[in-house]
Amino acid sequence: MSILVNKDTRIIVQGLTGKTGTFHTEQALAYYGTQMVGGVHPKKGGTTWSSGLDGAASLPIFASVAEARDATKADASVIYVPPAGAGAAIIEAIDAEIPFIVCITEGIPVLDMVKVKARLETSNSRLLGPNCPGILTPEECKIGIMPGSIFKKGSVGVVSRSGTLTYEAVFQTTQVGLGQTTAVGIGGDPVKGTEFIDMLELFLADPETKSMIMIGEIGGSAEEDAAQFLKDEARKGRSKPTVGFIAGVTAPPGRTMGHAGAIVSGGKGGAEDKIEAMKSAGIIVSPSPARLGTTLAELLKG
Amino acid sequence: MNIHEHQAKAVLKSFGAPVAEGVAIFSVDEARAAADKLPGPLWVVKSQIHAGGRGKGKFKELSSDAKGGVRLAFSKEDVVKNAKEMLGNTLVTHQTGPAGKQVNRLYIEDGADIERELYLSILVNRETGKVAFVVSTEGGMDIEDVAHSTPEKIQTLNIEPLAGVTDADADRISDALKLTGAARTDMGSLAKILYKAFVEKDMSMLEVNPLIVMEDGHLRVLDAKVSFDGNALFRHPDIMELRDTTEEDAKEIEASKHDLAYVALDGDIGCMVNGAGLAMATMDIIKLYGAEPANFLDVGGGATTEKVTAAFKIITADPNVKGILVNIFGGIMRCDVIAEGVVAAVKEVGLKVPLVVRLEGTNVALGKKIINESGLNVIAADDLDDAAQKIVAAVKEAK
Repeated sequence: MSILVNKDTRIIVQGLTGKTGTFHTEQALAYYGTQMVGGVHPKKGGTTWSSGLDGAASLPIFASVAEARDATKADASVIYVPPAGAGAAIIEAIDAEIPFIVCITEGIPVLDMVKVKARLETSNSRLLGPNCPGILTPEECKIGIMPGSIFKKGSVGVVSRSGTLTYEAVFQTTQVGLGQTTAVGIGGDPVKGTEFIDMLELFLADPETKSMIMIGEIGGSAEEDAAQFLKDEARKGRSKPTVGFIAGVTAPPGRTMGHAGAIVSGGKGGAEDKIEAMKSAGIIVSPSPARLGTTLAELLKG
Repeated sequence: MNIHEHQAKAVLKSFGAPVAEGVAIFSVDEARAAADKLPGPLWVVKSQIHAGGRGKGKFKELSSDAKGGVRLAFSKEDVVKNAKEMLGNTLVTHQTGPAGKQVNRLYIEDGADIERELYLSILVNRETGKVAFVVSTEGGMDIEDVAHSTPEKIQTLNIEPLAGVTDADADRISDALKLTGAARTDMGSLAKILYKAFVEKDMSMLEVNPLIVMEDGHLRVLDAKVSFDGNALFRHPDIMELRDTTEEDAKEIEASKHDLAYVALDGDIGCMVNGAGLAMATMDIIKLYGAEPANFLDVGGGATTEKVTAAFKIITADPNVKGILVNIFGGIMRCDVIAEGVVAAVKEVGLKVPLVVRLEGTNVALGKKIINESGLNVIAADDLDDAAQKIVAAVKEAK
């Protein structure tokens, strides 16, 4: 089992015809035949996109998401549209009733995301991101920019605000032999579609997921909320061994650390509070990002 | 991006917010003319730097009992005298750090008779994903202190994005600030004006502290601090023009030219990393093993050899750097590209401090081969723990 995506997920690409969209679509097609079924470009509808990798793969381009959805029966869309138009691209996908939307784009103005979020609340779509690496279920489906080569089918659910720290967690759980059910990057922006709690709920409900790794960073209070959620669920008898990590213990207050959402401001969002909250929820917090895999392996051995 | 108080007030004024008359000056010669333009009998001389706490701040060059960075003047001569004392000197506040900031411009403003001082700010509330007003009756002091000592005196009011600020919202703000009479009527329009400015100009923070009720019962924006969403500046060329690069770190300006996310810090181990989370984690692990990072630097997912070279130059240009840690997890970014960049950069700028390189991920074997065959004095590391321990040890040894 896995969460959100599997071998049956059918994906369209908004922003396929650009350099980034092309590269990552080629990579996705090469990853266990991830079902990429079409692309969207307002001015190139009716044309065909060809993979530069083997030439054999080609995908139809549609003028709108709605048209693409009707023609391909897609249930997911991945967005590589540049920041200025990405907010509108997400809203187009919501309007076309795409159930699962993954936005990779970094640098979307936050007030555009405020509009997206308002639209999302009255829809049935789920948005992952923006400013995220996407989602990958090993040997089945790759949406986004995660490197498929470091994954191994297994039992750990990985959820993270950071792309490269997701890769660390995946690589390390592969090395210790545990492998992953699904890895999800929820993204580094302050206003986003999916928070930790949504993913932890799915991992708790997934029978194949035996343990979890949760990687947070400074800024906001999503980690504290997630810790409280795990605490409440544990009281109801739902819990899985979890290892955590928080990046940014050394970050100075008031400065944005790369990710738009990674900022300690007004005395809020500091790493210590998050680490304490996670510990109080029974999460084993690793002080080193290099020991996520070994810490989890030791925890599982008891 | 931050702007100065006088610029923030000009922006707010253009939307119709009540601000005092004022003139920005860059030299003492302009002080008298500025005072002449204002009615008096009270003037305020305000240091313009991108940091808070100016009133309580102290000038480094003046005696410790000298007045702070915001001063009242009761005559035009007094305005000139204060300008002379302040311009060109270094103001240290709790936000500038001990080095302080040089005051290169002053804002001469018409004084006001203050009845009450309030706090009002607008920001994006991450918990709700909505724009929110944060208000308090405790204006004129550091809001973080208020949050710490009397959190119940701060109220947060979320605004529905589709509706914007409604009359009911303005009433809620007035209630929270205990406004009556003319001030309450003023808030009916001011809340909408400030919200419009915030949304139309893509602000990330608009802080009015204090917002005052004057003796005549009306509201006035007495101080204004505004910062803008860097991701939205592409659609605001007018705002871009307000940027004051003398307020920014030279290395950070250089980094932004190369599209590198860089933050200067106080330690002595320079870091070059791909990914913001991993870059922060790399700083943390340096600290974990007993040293301090000199910077945060994310080269991003699509770095080229040129970008890596630029990053390397910025790190080595910092005289505090006594060692460098390169930490790359190649996902989309290939390790061989990073390795080539590092080798090219070292050949170009030289290497006077220990360098530890940790590569993992795509094309890692090729990357390591490039480093090993370069003939450079590079310490290879197997994982991030190993890398951090090696650079901390190498820097200690060199001392």
